[in-house]
Amino acid sequence: MASTQVNPTRMELTRQKNKLKTAVRGHKLLKDKRDELMRQFLDLVRENMELRLKVEAGIRSANTNFVIAKAGMSEPTLKTALMTPKQEVYLEVDKKNVMSVDIPVLEYKTRTADANDIYSYGFAFTSSDLDGAVKSLADVLPDMLKLAESEKACQLMSAEIEKTRRRVNALEHVIIPEAQENIKYISMKLGENERSSQIRLMKVKDMMLEETHHYKEKAHERAMENS
Amino acid sequence: MYKIAVMGDYDSIYGFAAVGLDTYPLSDEKEAEKQLHQLVLAQYAVIYITEEWAAKIPHAIDKYKDQILPAIIQIPGVSGNTGKGVENVKKFVETAVGSDILFSNNK
Repeated sequence: MASTQVNPTRMELTRQKNKLKTAVRGHKLLKDKRDELMRQFLDLVRENMELRLKVEAGIRSANTNFVIAKAGMSEPTLKTALMTPKQEVYLEVDKKNVMSVDIPVLEYKTRTADANDIYSYGFAFTSSDLDGAVKSLADVLPDMLKLAESEKACQLMSAEIEKTRRRVNALEHVIIPEAQENIKYISMKLGENERSSQIRLMKVKDMMLEETHHYKEKAHERAMENS
Repeated sequence: MYKIAVMGDYDSIYGFAAVGLDTYPLSDEKEAEKQLHQLVLAQYAVIYITEEWAAKIPHAIDKYKDQILPAIIQIPGVSGNTGKGVENVKKFVETAVGSDILFSNNK
């Protein structure tokens, strides 16, 4: 494969072995992370879907109520009625760490504790439908905030899972096989070099012995004498 | 202390003012994008936006998807539910798993 680029040296071999070790360890850890993230994500996203359907149904019925309320009174009256809200909602935002993903935890506070402060108008000039409409909207609000929290968490987690999955795949299918291939190539090459130098030494030894003792000449002479 | 904003056409969102959310009626797309960026700078933690308007400014919304805050959540407007919100949730599953294994059979 890509083994053309590595130098067949012992140093490189050690380096590749270390790389493989790190890659295998990293692969295992990332795989665990991916699995755990996935488990939590699937729970969360199911919950998120339920919440969303609930909130959408809630808002739809609230909207219907508002349309009815609007039909029952003039537009200026309606605008004036809702112009100066008494109630205000604040959020406290905290962070929760789920498998290295920061997800927001929202906690909401209303400015006043009185549940009736959502009616920011006098009841004399508005229709009672408006009260119902406002109430129905106030009822979905807690679920809407929960939805915001879980939907953001799902968004962040799905992005993180995708990233982790890519890393796992890259390690599994590219980095680890490559390192293994390199290690194999280098150790083969080193073995080959070892054998070739062994042979070279044996040859040299033969030549040197020949030079000092002249085996071949002596054997030739002996053969001549015998004949 | 963070606040909550609601963006969309006036008819869809005026009611939210009563329950204590800040409403920002929108009229054209450029303004909507600018408004969204301003709201993010103004420390809104949650921004609800109607599905119709979210479909008009997808790039501006995408910009904030990797940040922990704000959470930009689509809600149905007065003219009805376009199904974009549910589609979004399905998209999360698709990104995470590779294909929609949870909600593909129940439409």
